[in-house]
Amino acid sequence: MIQKKPPEEFRLIYKNVDVDGYTIDIDCYRKHDGYKILEKAIKEKPEDLRQEVLNSGVRGRGGAGFPTGMKWKFVDRKSGKPIYVVCNADESEPGTYKDRQIIYKDPHQLIEGIMISAFANNAAQAFIYIRGEFINGARILERAIDEARKAGFVGKNICGSEYSCEIAICRGAGAYICGEETGLIESLEGKRGYPRIKPPYFPAVLGLYQCPTIVNNVETFCHVKHVIDRGGEEYAKIGIKGDSGTHIWGVSGHVQRPGYYELEAGSCTFGDLLYGLCGGPLPGRKFKALIPGGSSTKILRFGERFEGKLPDGTPFDWAVEDIPLDANSIGLCGTFLGTGGSIVMDDSTDMLEALANLNAFYGHESCGQCTPCREGSLWLQKMTGRMCSGSAREEDVPLLKDIADQVAGRTICAHGEAVAWPVQSAVPKFKDEYLEKIKNQASGQRFNPAGYPLI
Amino acid sequence: MNLSAETLEKIDATIAQFPQKRSATLPILHLIQEELGHLSLETQEWVAEKLGVQPIQIREVVTFYPMYREEPIGKVHVKVCRTLSCALSGAYKTCEKLEEKLNCKRGKTSADGNYTIEFVECIACCGSAPVVQVDDKLYENVKPEGAEELAEEIKKMAAAEATNAAETPQPQTPAYFG
Ligand SMILES: Cc1cc2nc3c(=O)[nH]c(=O)nc-3n(C[C@H](O)[C@H](O)[C@H](O)COP(=O)(O)O)c2cc1C
Ligand code: SF4
Ligand code: FES
Repeated sequence: MIQKKPPEEFRLIYKNVDVDGYTIDIDCYRKHDGYKILEKAIKEKPEDLRQEVLNSGVRGRGGAGFPTGMKWKFVDRKSGKPIYVVCNADESEPGTYKDRQIIYKDPHQLIEGIMISAFANNAAQAFIYIRGEFINGARILERAIDEARKAGFVGKNICGSEYSCEIAICRGAGAYICGEETGLIESLEGKRGYPRIKPPYFPAVLGLYQCPTIVNNVETFCHVKHVIDRGGEEYAKIGIKGDSGTHIWGVSGHVQRPGYYELEAGSCTFGDLLYGLCGGPLPGRKFKALIPGGSSTKILRFGERFEGKLPDGTPFDWAVEDIPLDANSIGLCGTFLGTGGSIVMDDSTDMLEALANLNAFYGHESCGQCTPCREGSLWLQKMTGRMCSGSAREEDVPLLKDIADQVAGRTICAHGEAVAWPVQSAVPKFKDEYLEKIKNQASGQRFNPAGYPLI
Repeated sequence: MNLSAETLEKIDATIAQFPQKRSATLPILHLIQEELGHLSLETQEWVAEKLGVQPIQIREVVTFYPMYREEPIGKVHVKVCRTLSCALSGAYKTCEKLEEKLNCKRGKTSADGNYTIEFVECIACCGSAPVVQVDDKLYENVKPEGAEELAEEIKKMAAAEATNAAETPQPQTPAYFG
């Protein structure tokens, strides 16, 4: 099914992104009703705001999709220790570039979202942990925080109330693992980004400086602002049950118009997105594979079918193009919505090199604390690297999957899964191609000459 | 330690922002590296003393994070993203082109000390792949065919760096991207 008509975008978070004449300074933001929702929120009771977020059903946008209201509920409010709010602006998942647009093009939206969330959680200090490479992004945020402080939206007696809260910025230094929330906390404490074992180190109880801590993604904080604007129940009407609101799809790879598109959850399909909005495959090419939500989400193969029953019992039988764009439907196809960072590969792609490319990433980024992840990710990296350079054996194909199976579920943090999932999903789906390549390599062929080398 | 008064001031302001001193580790290391170009052992000891921790606690941070360097690099730092979205759009070829034009292998600094070229992992700009970050400036859609043009620009940057070393302009109000 090839959809020609592009679906309508539903711009909530990206309402001002790329709009002509919209600038990053506070005057422009305020002209567009900026900080009105913070002014409104600050007059309410924090627990009521938290209830709105719970009612909205909004799920975290950092990848795992955990309901934000629920996360906030777990915060230990009885310990007497300060509560910290941390904005995860590490944006390190390959394929993902949605937070960048907010930081670079609408920074005050993020600051307003953080301040509302900090007030709702009785936090007196917030942090933005931003990836190290966003040098100008950090400058933009610093300047925006200064502007907001001068205008009374950050710092002492916010909006003339009793409430005071500061925001500090910390730039990371190029380690993917600092996107993982406990690795991030360690890094924010000035250490190596070694993830902590959960339990006992659930951030909601023992987070930053062993105090209760909320870690949310950049986009999540922006959603909170819109939840408080509309009210939880009204917000929940956007999207579908179990996945409210919008999703930002950042499409990259082999499509005519890569880019970001904000869509109401469940309002259309991958076909609508990839053919309608992204203009379909490059001239003369066919889609081959799709990683739906950031490089660690399981890969889908164009041509495969997904069958099963929806939660209400209705049977479904979808091709990749038919999958509705919401967390539940994508989950039913054995993969994840993740961050919505979709990587598209066409028939010029050598799938073994694609896997080798990802293995090189995950091998490089393992923090090295747990043996299965440290050894497994390097083993996978070396094997696929070797397979690409021509010294592979047929037995290597099932062995790849075996190794991945030994990593997943046996590690301190979910990087173990991130290492395993690309392999566990790609090997069964592209096994024939891998075996054929191994055979052809005898003739010295390195990569499919139609595409670019990927390793 | 030869840090400018301005950097020293920024370091103190940074420490004051955090509830615990040690949290200023990463930001301070960035500030110093931006001024001195790398983080020598002497520098690391200075930071340790400043933050009241052991030198090893700074060293373990410096060695863990890819962006920190213990050795000097070229005048212009060229980082080419090699992760999947960029690779699918030609990043490996782009990098080869830059290596050829700048006469510098990736992972190395050119013999004249002008350039260091490195492969880096995804820098969150995958929709306009391939991307290359040159110092703090981001270049999008650097297809292999366009790499030559970028190489010329990089050469100019190195030349400008050489003549203006003493009076490098401070960053202006940041542009949206880059
Ligand atoms: C290896 C790894 C890397 C991650 N990287 C990021 C990241 O770059 N940005 C992010 O927001 N969340 C990232 N996460 C998810 C965070 O751990 C955390 O779930 C998220 O920030 C919570 O925010 P949310 O509830 O708003 O989604 C990562 C998780 C793992 C396991
Ligand atoms: S799973 Fe990997 S990244 Fe996570 S703590 Fe273990 S070694 Fe580190
Ligand atoms: S893969 Fe190169 S920027 Fe993301």
